[in-house]
Amino acid sequence: MSPVLLIARRELRGYLRTMTGWIIAAALLLIDGLLFNAFALEGSRRSTEVLTRFFYFASGPTMVAAIFLAMRLLAEERQLGTLALLYASPVRDRDIVLGKFLGAFAFLSALTLATAYMPLLILVHGHISVGHLLAGYLGLLLLGGASLGLGTLGSALARTQVVAAIVGAALLVSLLVAWLLASVTEPPFSNLFAALALHNAHFPPFQSGQVHLRDVTYYLLVTWVALFATTRVLEARRWR
Amino acid sequence: MIQVEQLSKYYGARAAIRDLSFRIDAGEVVGFLGLNGAGKTTTLRILGCVLLPTSGTVRLEGQDLLTAPRQLRARIGFLPETPPLYEEMSVGEYLAFVAGLRGVAPERIGTRVGETEERTGLAQHDGERISSLSHGFRQRVGVAQALVHGPDVLFLDEPANGLDPVQNVEMRALIRSLRGDHTVLVSSHILPEIAQTCDRLLVVRDGELVAQGSEAELEERLGVGTGVELEVGGPVEAVAGALRSVPGVRAVTVQPLPGERAVLRVDAPDTLRPALAQAALGAGAQLFRLDVAADRLESLFLKLAGRGSAA
Repeated sequence: MSPVLLIARRELRGYLRTMTGWIIAAALLLIDGLLFNAFALEGSRRSTEVLTRFFYFASGPTMVAAIFLAMRLLAEERQLGTLALLYASPVRDRDIVLGKFLGAFAFLSALTLATAYMPLLILVHGHISVGHLLAGYLGLLLLGGASLGLGTLGSALARTQVVAAIVGAALLVSLLVAWLLASVTEPPFSNLFAALALHNAHFPPFQSGQVHLRDVTYYLLVTWVALFATTRVLEARRWR
Repeated sequence: MIQVEQLSKYYGARAAIRDLSFRIDAGEVVGFLGLNGAGKTTTLRILGCVLLPTSGTVRLEGQDLLTAPRQLRARIGFLPETPPLYEEMSVGEYLAFVAGLRGVAPERIGTRVGETEERTGLAQHDGERISSLSHGFRQRVGVAQALVHGPDVLFLDEPANGLDPVQNVEMRALIRSLRGDHTVLVSSHILPEIAQTCDRLLVVRDGELVAQGSEAELEERLGVGTGVELEVGGPVEAVAGALRSVPGVRAVTVQPLPGERAVLRVDAPDTLRPALAQAALGAGAQLFRLDVAADRLESLFLKLAGRGSAA
């Protein structure tokens, strides 16, 4: 088994064997369920609209869960001294980062897909397309992946998990509110900030059942840049 | 086998280690001795490929460890000062994970884990979660992870840290058993502990290598007052006279004990112990005890560490 998969498997088991993983899972599912009942099902709406609102309301808890899942990835390794084990092994720093990210992403994906009973209820009792369902979940996974990438970077920068969560959240919020900067700046900066907005500019098409290549590319790019920066931080730590 | 040349590590203007150069031959067990903050951990972290030096080279059989392919790291086992343990894993799972990470073929991992657990006394604890282990066993798991992939070279940073006397003896025996199969550099700030385990000592002080050699060589070079103690009964003054006449003896002091016994403290190299025993018995002594003077190692260490009165 490649080092990336070994590290990813260990990380995934780590979530399954500690309270943190189960607490985050329970909180995410509870909040998603509450939001679905309180807001998505509110009033008399068409099935498609209910599904769109479900994905909209599910996106927030997904981002928050990603930050909490990511906070332990590297900060905990530094706290416990286990990063030395990975550094001393014949494994590239980028493989360490990728393995940890994939382990956390697998757990986040499982949590996200565990919410599928709600849209499936809509599918059974209403009229929605499977394509809309798949596009919405693709969007949630891409948004979750990008958030997880930013959280991983926060975890690499911080010494403790709490600080890691704060740094990760700060990075995430910076991208979330980029559209606010767009409204107070002139072109071309306004266009740039508008395009950078993590949720406003790129998630609505997914929640409506549309998949645009530019949105997919954006989320993959944010994830890649965050993981690349994380790798550079790990490399730099070898000097300290 | 391991050649360290001009190794330095600076944190800003402060040098953690400065121009360290030494060599360790294949199969040697070498002690790395120094007080806390002397630079041992920094050096071992560099040798363990965890930290990069500011300057200098580390060669493993001629290949530069700091620039060589990652595969060279698979030939090294490193135990940091705090054993790098994943608490939620069982001992067996953890060792299998480390073996896989260090490139052991999947079909050999089970065998390697079993052998390593046998060697480190962990076989009975294979299925136990690491979080439930005592400090001594956690330390053993730390050594086991450094050994599990069968490395040529082992760097162990304070492996006996915090162990009780029984665990300490077991750890020393384990390290001694590595001689010949592995090249070992083991750090400690406790000289008696390391002197019993190692072929040779490297002594570091304030980031610089201040001495190297066997315990006897260092004693001789530093002029530490060597000594032998005898507890005898019978004609104490006659025995003391006989001991003074042994060539190489510089002085004998007598400390009377109750019951016509005395402790004779002989200022002489410990290599004279057989001759001293013979002289004492020849003078009609009842010999109850003959030993190296208890404070010798301590004075050697204090001199080396720069804290002794003679330093």
